[in-house]
Amino acid sequence: MKIAIASGKGGTGKTTIATAFAQALSRAEYSVSLLDCDVEGPNSHIFIQPEFDQFEDVNMLIPSVDDETCTGCGQCAEVCQFHAIVVIGGQTLVFPEMCHGCGSCTLICPEEAITEIPKRLGILEGGLSQEGIRFGHGILNIGEPMAVPVISKLKKWQDLMDAEVVLIDSPPGASCPVVESLRGADYIILVTEPTPFGLHDLRQAYKVTQELGIPAGVIINRDGIGDTGVEQYCEEVGLQIFMQIPLERKIGQGIAQGKSLLEIKPEYENRFLQLYLQIIEALSIVDRS
Amino acid sequence: MIIAVSSPDGKFSTEFSPRFGRCNFFIIIDTDTREWESKPNPAANARGGAGPQAVQFLSASGAEAAITGRYGPNAFTTLKAAGIRAYIADAGTPEELLDRFLAGTLEEVNAATGGELHH
Repeated sequence: MKIAIASGKGGTGKTTIATAFAQALSRAEYSVSLLDCDVEGPNSHIFIQPEFDQFEDVNMLIPSVDDETCTGCGQCAEVCQFHAIVVIGGQTLVFPEMCHGCGSCTLICPEEAITEIPKRLGILEGGLSQEGIRFGHGILNIGEPMAVPVISKLKKWQDLMDAEVVLIDSPPGASCPVVESLRGADYIILVTEPTPFGLHDLRQAYKVTQELGIPAGVIINRDGIGDTGVEQYCEEVGLQIFMQIPLERKIGQGIAQGKSLLEIKPEYENRFLQLYLQIIEALSIVDRS
Repeated sequence: MIIAVSSPDGKFSTEFSPRFGRCNFFIIIDTDTREWESKPNPAANARGGAGPQAVQFLSASGAEAAITGRYGPNAFTTLKAAGIRAYIADAGTPEELLDRFLAGTLEEVNAATGGELHH
């Protein structure tokens, strides 16, 4: 079972929920893995505290042009839809930060003047937590715009994906890295807060889940802080609200001190186990219909 | 000699544009005859790589020098490869900048003058 935790808006509590969910399931002796796919700012590990012992570079192949062989025909520049190769003044220039690593230029070059060299985009780190959670995350190099290859390589780590319950902590938003994180999930939990901002971004995130054809439900965090717009919207579109975590100083303060939600509020352990059963129930209803 | 000045509105006597890769127009001027024409910059709304694409356009337009406010690293690399000289100015209309170019009082740069811009 693969469950992704996503939200349109940043800072709604995806990581708080994903880590608490992983801890609750692990304590109930499920085999659990947690993948932090927020490669631009991964921080689930701060709550999970794994012992990292697995490391892997994530590279993308970018073109390198041999000036001797290159005739400046310009076919590579024409085929590149990202304008990462420019032929001008008899020179072929490569702009690696615009390259998406598709390899078209190498294939099309009639002179075989292009070779591909690996460029490091980021790294993957993995390890086991004391509680027995199999953990993995990707770290995108600073200044690097290509998050998707880092996420997709993390999702190929087999020992993570083989767990009975795979939890995916998605980056915020509704763009390519989010789609890459959510792809292949059986269920998506959308975390939001009851504010006009939360609602606006929940609508976007919900559209992504619909586009992917993956069933979704909602957790409202910081309940009581804003208005009833999110609840009304969920009722309108038929999104199930699984949990409403109240805005409480104790929770905020504990998180700020690096404590996980279950450390601050042990009673949530049971609620997250219930959540898992509710998701299984929701999926069996989907299967039957 | 053909020079190109970046422009927000394609006019000869209004303030130039300090943006290079994403300016709206280039004013292409023949310095011998002072004849000019305005051409929309095809890279103005490029998703990425506006600088190199603008240079390709200028190169195809026959420009031998460019005048703008700043050049990013990719634009500058491409200008160099294209053999187009790079000049910068703080302010001025294309007309005034033409006079300053002819008088030799414009600053020529030999390295990128700004970091990369993403829109």
